[in-house]
Amino acid sequence: MDNNLREAYGRELLEIAREDERVVALDADLCGSTMTKFLQDEIPERFFEMGIAEANMVSVAAGLALSGKIPFVNTFSVFAAGQPYNQIRQGIALPNLNVRIVGSSCGLSDAGDGATHQSIEDIAIMRAIPNMTIVEPVDAEETRKVVRTSLKYQGPMYIRISRSSLPLLTNSDTPFSIGKINLITEGSDVVIFASGSMVSKSLKAREILEQEGLGIRVINANTIKPLDKNQVIESSKNVKCIITVEEHSVIGGLGSAVSELLYDSKIPMKIIGIEDKFGQSAATHEELLEYYNLTPGAIADKIKNLLS
Amino acid sequence: MDNNKIKELKKKAKLIREGILDCIGVDKKGHLGGSMSSADLVAALYFYKMRVNPGNPHDPDRDRFIFSKGHSVLAQYAALAELGFFSKSELKHTKELGSILQGHPEIRTPGVEANTGSLGQGLSIGVGMALAAKLDCKDYRVYVIVGDGELCEGQIWEAVTCANFYKLDNLVAIIDKNRFQASGSTKERYDIGNIRAKFNAYGWETRDIDGHNMNEIVEALDWTEQVKGFPSAIIANTVKGKGISFAENNFSFHNNSLTKEQYEQARKDIASIVV
Repeated sequence: MDNNLREAYGRELLEIAREDERVVALDADLCGSTMTKFLQDEIPERFFEMGIAEANMVSVAAGLALSGKIPFVNTFSVFAAGQPYNQIRQGIALPNLNVRIVGSSCGLSDAGDGATHQSIEDIAIMRAIPNMTIVEPVDAEETRKVVRTSLKYQGPMYIRISRSSLPLLTNSDTPFSIGKINLITEGSDVVIFASGSMVSKSLKAREILEQEGLGIRVINANTIKPLDKNQVIESSKNVKCIITVEEHSVIGGLGSAVSELLYDSKIPMKIIGIEDKFGQSAATHEELLEYYNLTPGAIADKIKNLLS
Repeated sequence: MDNNKIKELKKKAKLIREGILDCIGVDKKGHLGGSMSSADLVAALYFYKMRVNPGNPHDPDRDRFIFSKGHSVLAQYAALAELGFFSKSELKHTKELGSILQGHPEIRTPGVEANTGSLGQGLSIGVGMALAAKLDCKDYRVYVIVGDGELCEGQIWEAVTCANFYKLDNLVAIIDKNRFQASGSTKERYDIGNIRAKFNAYGWETRDIDGHNMNEIVEALDWTEQVKGFPSAIIANTVKGKGISFAENNFSFHNNSLTKEQYEQARKDIASIVV
């Protein structure tokens, strides 16, 4: 499938591994899900099964990076950011190593498995660590660019990838660079900074609001840290309200990052995300997004309420 | 090994103990006990076994040493200074603001290979380096000193499993078994049982030695090179605070300051070590 981020990730990881011998992948028994299986099957000597032992996996990646490799550490985002927090902090971020921690099945996207497998606070955890860069690609095309660009990027990265297929919003010509967030649509009344799965939802919310005569600027906030301060400040000028939307807790994620930057702005702001609650099981990802009010309609309603 | 070489290594161990005291100084807190218990092991590694190059600390063919029990890094600082990785005058600035010698190991220090000190992580980092050596067909070896108290960390056993699974015969774990943790004797505080039997059960080749007997240390390090297909562990029976009369087997000097009198006594104790 063209629009599946995990598959795009796995295939591009194999592609860069073919081109660059420094690339190695580590996985904690989830290679069929994180899609590192493509690399495993073609270049088995640079794929390391680490067993279900995330702490060891992360520290082993530190040792590989200290030996000149570019390790991609793979597991679900809830385990990637949560289980080995201290190993990431001490062993990777403090010495500023080129390790890529890839949090797969992020947010609520592992719908069936429930709260234990859904990550609502991974960005908050990673964002608090100095030196850490956080990227959340918006679609499969951008996922490929993230993987490729990460080869030349200095320092640790946390890459957050949805389990769900997401609409293609970018193409090969769309500019991408880590630390620069991109304007998708212009509009003069409201600015929405959205990340990952919530960009397409925000674009649909825009359609609803445009019918009511509102101009909505939508920004794909694909790098959450370091935040593109210039773009955030410039895009927030002369609007009636500033909105952030993310598939993450309202505490500590993109919304927090934007509000930390614009805290003294006189313009009304609203952080839209998961309201300090755990996830749960559901038949589909969409069903959960509806339950947690992360649909275009719910986003549009919140914006209308803020403006009225 | 001839007696002169052993004598030379004992002198280096003595210099390391002096360097540890330089780092700790008077009325400043420092991890005396675990640094002193590791001193002979560190001397044998840096001055007998390992290929390191102070002129090129990042030489890709160098052997790697990781102090997983990072609080004992003072012994490593003393060895690195003696080798010329940095000036000996740096030692007395250990833990000062802006110093290249931090309270726990950081790669900002020339010769230090990894950031450790949050216990349990160093052996895994060593696994990563040993895997990289295999991948690059390089013959460098990776030595990791782990504390006996540190063996409580679950991650150690994740790394022990992993090293065996990947048949890392280029990886050596040295257990500085000084029988004390920060709060008291490991037997009383948190006994983890038979260390050697545990490593054996995980498929490692093991040896028990007197960690202050230079002959035994050197022989054990040589032995690890003969082990093929398995990682090896040396269980070094040591004395916490070794060489300092009032600190030996005294857990209160795990991390403590020295009064002027204690400092002078410690200097005398080290000076009286016969090599």
